[in-house]
Amino acid sequence: MSMKPEGKKRIWAEYQKEIPDDHFFYVRSCIRQTFFAGSEQYFLKILREDLGKDVFEDPRHTTCTGIGYHGDVVPFETIQAVVARHFALATEAGYKHIAISCVTSFGIYSEILETWKHFPETLERTREDLFKATGRTFEVPETISHTSDIIYKFRDEIARKAKYNLVDIATGRPLRVVEHIGCHYSKMFPKYGVGGAEFPHVLVGMVESWGGDVIDYPERRHCCGFGFRQYLVQANRGYSLFASRKKFESMEPYRPDMIIANCPGCTMFMDRWQYTINEIDGITYGADGQGIPVLTYEEVAGLVLGYDPWEMGLQYHNVQSMPLLQKMGIRADPARRFLAKDGTRLPEPANLING
Amino acid sequence: MKGALKHVIVAGGGVAGMEAAGALAEMGYRVTLVEKGEDPGGHLLQWHALFPDRRPADEVRNYLRKRINHHNINVITRTTVDRVKHHPGGLTVNLSGGSEEKADAVIVATGFDLFDARRKEEYGYGIYDNVITSAELEGMFNRGHIARADGKVPDRIGLIHCVGSRDEKVNNNHCSKVCCVTAVKQAIEIRKMLPSCEVFCFYMDMRMYGPYYEELYRESQEVHNVNFIRGKVSEASVNINNRLVIKVEDTLAGRPLRMELDIMVLMVGMEMAAAGSKLAEASGFGRGINRFLETGDHHYGNNLSGVKGVFFAGTCTAPMNITDTVSHARAAVAETVRYLKG
Repeated sequence: MSMKPEGKKRIWAEYQKEIPDDHFFYVRSCIRQTFFAGSEQYFLKILREDLGKDVFEDPRHTTCTGIGYHGDVVPFETIQAVVARHFALATEAGYKHIAISCVTSFGIYSEILETWKHFPETLERTREDLFKATGRTFEVPETISHTSDIIYKFRDEIARKAKYNLVDIATGRPLRVVEHIGCHYSKMFPKYGVGGAEFPHVLVGMVESWGGDVIDYPERRHCCGFGFRQYLVQANRGYSLFASRKKFESMEPYRPDMIIANCPGCTMFMDRWQYTINEIDGITYGADGQGIPVLTYEEVAGLVLGYDPWEMGLQYHNVQSMPLLQKMGIRADPARRFLAKDGTRLPEPANLING
Repeated sequence: MKGALKHVIVAGGGVAGMEAAGALAEMGYRVTLVEKGEDPGGHLLQWHALFPDRRPADEVRNYLRKRINHHNINVITRTTVDRVKHHPGGLTVNLSGGSEEKADAVIVATGFDLFDARRKEEYGYGIYDNVITSAELEGMFNRGHIARADGKVPDRIGLIHCVGSRDEKVNNNHCSKVCCVTAVKQAIEIRKMLPSCEVFCFYMDMRMYGPYYEELYRESQEVHNVNFIRGKVSEASVNINNRLVIKVEDTLAGRPLRMELDIMVLMVGMEMAAAGSKLAEASGFGRGINRFLETGDHHYGNNLSGVKGVFFAGTCTAPMNITDTVSHARAAVAETVRYLKG
């Protein structure tokens, strides 16, 4: 055995954060709404319907401008005012706990709260800026949670309601799962992440509660390569691609059944770059050359709870999940993948892996 | 009739405490040496051989044992000094377990704790089997057998310098002084025991400050083919073959480096001992920004505590090697005697 689980447990014990039990003010993600719309929808569904929680959304909520901030076109003062406006909406609605869908936003919220704590004058300046611009005032929230924190908190409750487990039903073997944490989840502020930055527990906890085995591979901590400017500046995209490739090659010998990620950028790039690498080098990763499905934690939770994979939008990932679903014993008719509820045909993406 | 001997309590039975106790006893003082462990000897008890000449640690241990084998010395083990208080009649000393002693003077020699390598989470100590500390490597030397956790003989060992030293992330800006030369010594010992095993030292810079250290460093390269790479390890993980994989920036070559290792040795630094911290807090001793005890003057009052009748000796004031610790303890004795003679 190469690892001592108690060593990890000791670290996890040191990085526990307060995750509220109920009454969340939900802030969505720009990327997730575009690429994995089902994830946010099923986060709300699981929280509200399966777990009976109160999650409030305000349609006046906007982007956090994080992509612009990390792309150096939005100044820090501006993004503080934008986030303060979100806090004002939460304050007006009577909510003290923010549930943040995007890891980039989560990192920004963390950075801003830490800035306000260490430089109180910046908080006062932001209050002034927001009031002058919008006439709004706000309370600093009591807690901020990434939505993966919240699913983590209720992982055992989800496990108790499970219809499927992360187990290959044909052999009884736990599925081998690669977990990938977005850099901005805890690498900047380890104390804000469940389990810290080096051995984060947030996704490991879910995978283990739902019956899977987590793969600890050498490039586990490596960035997916999104890195904003690496991707946003077209000339730099090679860096982005190379980072993901490095991860795939490092995880490949462990024959992973799936990747679970908590960051919009990571989920998107580790999915899409598998297609790109296939086009460039003719390589398809994963067991039997079927690609490695990359799922969000809500999608995995949804599968465990028995939701329809096509309703959740798994068919709009580049790497298709049929082999994974078969292993878990989930019956999903591939012919229904691109049919709407009324039977009309949905657009079918080209160049799907394992499609 | 000869009056009662003046009584000095020495807190801590490591190198400094043993030397100070021996010197005081020799001069005719009654000494109580209080040691928290089973036996006096401190960290030296774990060591196999010492830099720079790789002499057996036993030689120094035996010297110190003889030093405290004196009818004027009473050794109390499994006990700590928890508080020292000065009053007009002398000093009151509280020991763990609740007992109280009177003393005419106290020498604080509570030493250091080795840095807890688990705090450098990125190195995986306590998680990956083959990540060990420099102290644990000495244990392997003592047993005469260097092996991975699965019993296999290692083909490549990496020694990581400055673990817990010169590192803001763990709130230790200080240099622990002895780790560089310890790594060189240990690298040579590995090469001598396992000639086919490659050894790499990953360092920030080599602080070969003591006599014969530079010569040892040169010997390690010219005679023993130890490899030195200037760069900090950023992280360690394990691959499917159960070998450690480290990432380093080779700052001389100017490029990142990935390397597989069978064993990674963390050169853990020195921190103020927990027992010494507790004593300092209870007794009102000053602490430096490095959390070691603050002395009266860096240059000419380096054993003075600021509390009348209390003196500091050894690594409770700063990291130092055995040579300097012994000298520092003798200086503390000189200050103590000067005080006792009024």
